[in-house]
Amino acid sequence: MMRWKRKDLLTLEELSKEEIEFILETAKSFKEVSTRDVKKVPTLRGKTIVNLFFEPSTRTRTSFELAAKRLSADVLDFSIGGSSVSKGESPVDTARNIEAMKVDCFIVRHSVAGVPKLIAKEVKTAVINAGDDSHEHPTQGLLDLFTIREKKGKIKGLKIAIIGDIRHSRVARSNIWGLTKLGASVILCGPPTLIPLGMEKMGAEVTFSLKEAIKKSDILYFLRVQRERQKETFFPSIQEYVHLYGMDLESLKEGKKDLLIMHPGPINRGIEIKSEVAESTSSLILEQVTNGIAVRMAVLYLLVGKRSKND
Amino acid sequence: MAKEVMKKAEMERIIATLSKEVLKEMGRKNLAIVGIRKRGAILAKRVAERIEGITKNEIPLGTLDITLYRDDLSAIGPQPVVHRTEIPFDLTGKNVLLVDDVLYTGRTIRAALDELIDFGRPEVIKLLVLIDRDNRELPIQPDFIGKRLMARKNEMVEVKLKESDAKEEVVIIKKK
Repeated sequence: MMRWKRKDLLTLEELSKEEIEFILETAKSFKEVSTRDVKKVPTLRGKTIVNLFFEPSTRTRTSFELAAKRLSADVLDFSIGGSSVSKGESPVDTARNIEAMKVDCFIVRHSVAGVPKLIAKEVKTAVINAGDDSHEHPTQGLLDLFTIREKKGKIKGLKIAIIGDIRHSRVARSNIWGLTKLGASVILCGPPTLIPLGMEKMGAEVTFSLKEAIKKSDILYFLRVQRERQKETFFPSIQEYVHLYGMDLESLKEGKKDLLIMHPGPINRGIEIKSEVAESTSSLILEQVTNGIAVRMAVLYLLVGKRSKND
Repeated sequence: MAKEVMKKAEMERIIATLSKEVLKEMGRKNLAIVGIRKRGAILAKRVAERIEGITKNEIPLGTLDITLYRDDLSAIGPQPVVHRTEIPFDLTGKNVLLVDDVLYTGRTIRAALDELIDFGRPEVIKLLVLIDRDNRELPIQPDFIGKRLMARKNEMVEVKLKESDAKEEVVIIKKK
């Protein structure tokens, strides 16, 4: 039986297939806890988990907070507003200062790729990457893998199309690593300006045609059009994007009978997918959110649960 | 070296006798049985089947995984694998028979009681164990006992069941 050895969870790129599967297996057991009347187990009682978010986030932070609370941990929220960040303190110094107050885990989000890793190297406390620019968002990748495995019974051999703004997406990168490691094949689909050159090297196929992606796939994974991240324009207009890459019920019929729809949220209704698709029986969007809690509980358990004093 | 202390036939006889005792003392009304993973859960199923054979009524059966309620998480190094707890019925008002294979320090039962109570408010909880060995660390005692055993601290009492170990016996082995 595999044993968990890592201090941190930073990327899916660095995890082995066995490690990913071990987390998914562990998460299965945690899913049941959230279905109880008393949605709480005493596992991490007395542990302190710090949300260290240098970039605003509501759902990821909330999901981690709920996961920690359901394990009886205390949660400290360190958000960017009014903090010492605006006084010029570096992220590593901030983490070291909070670590000096004896905490057990940092959940780090930062707008610069690699900051969670930098912090992880400098502190003894466990670090979970909750998103670093367009690099990785490993727990999102894991919860997507969990959802696919739960629905399809397997991941190996499936074809998953990731559609939209690949360029700015940490979710896409974590998913490409996770899916290919577990034996799925990945199609990247979107306007040429939003698919960086060289993505094939990660083991993915590239197409600019949504039609082609729909025909070939078992799952369509739509990314949010991140309007706030696009300082330059990568496509002429939203209307044109919707026309070429927006998903409606008609297009859904062109795919396989059991084609499933996923999205990391928050959805732009009517842009990447129409409401009728998001709310159709093919949509796994809310199940992804539910599974996010189970997966994050599993990760917290593995990283924080074991750490004894003489580690 | 392993010393055999219970054979298959004796185990079968004990389970039959205990099942009758449970039915006599706890009654069939509101009876529910919950086993502790993993061998307690197997024994729980056997006891439930025995009782169902007598009453011809289905008994609510559940399984507890107490990993998340342990008090030694940081003491035992890498964490144990978590399995699922399954209590597919409402515990409130039930007369619950909790089943485990070996009662030793009492810590597993302490964790199991905490977890059970998070699921509801049973009327009564009684404890059945196949083996009651000495050296308790908590004030917990069983209500139904298959067999009492004395074993040294450096020895382990292992219950083997065909569902999990492909044979049926109880052995005492020296820890390495």
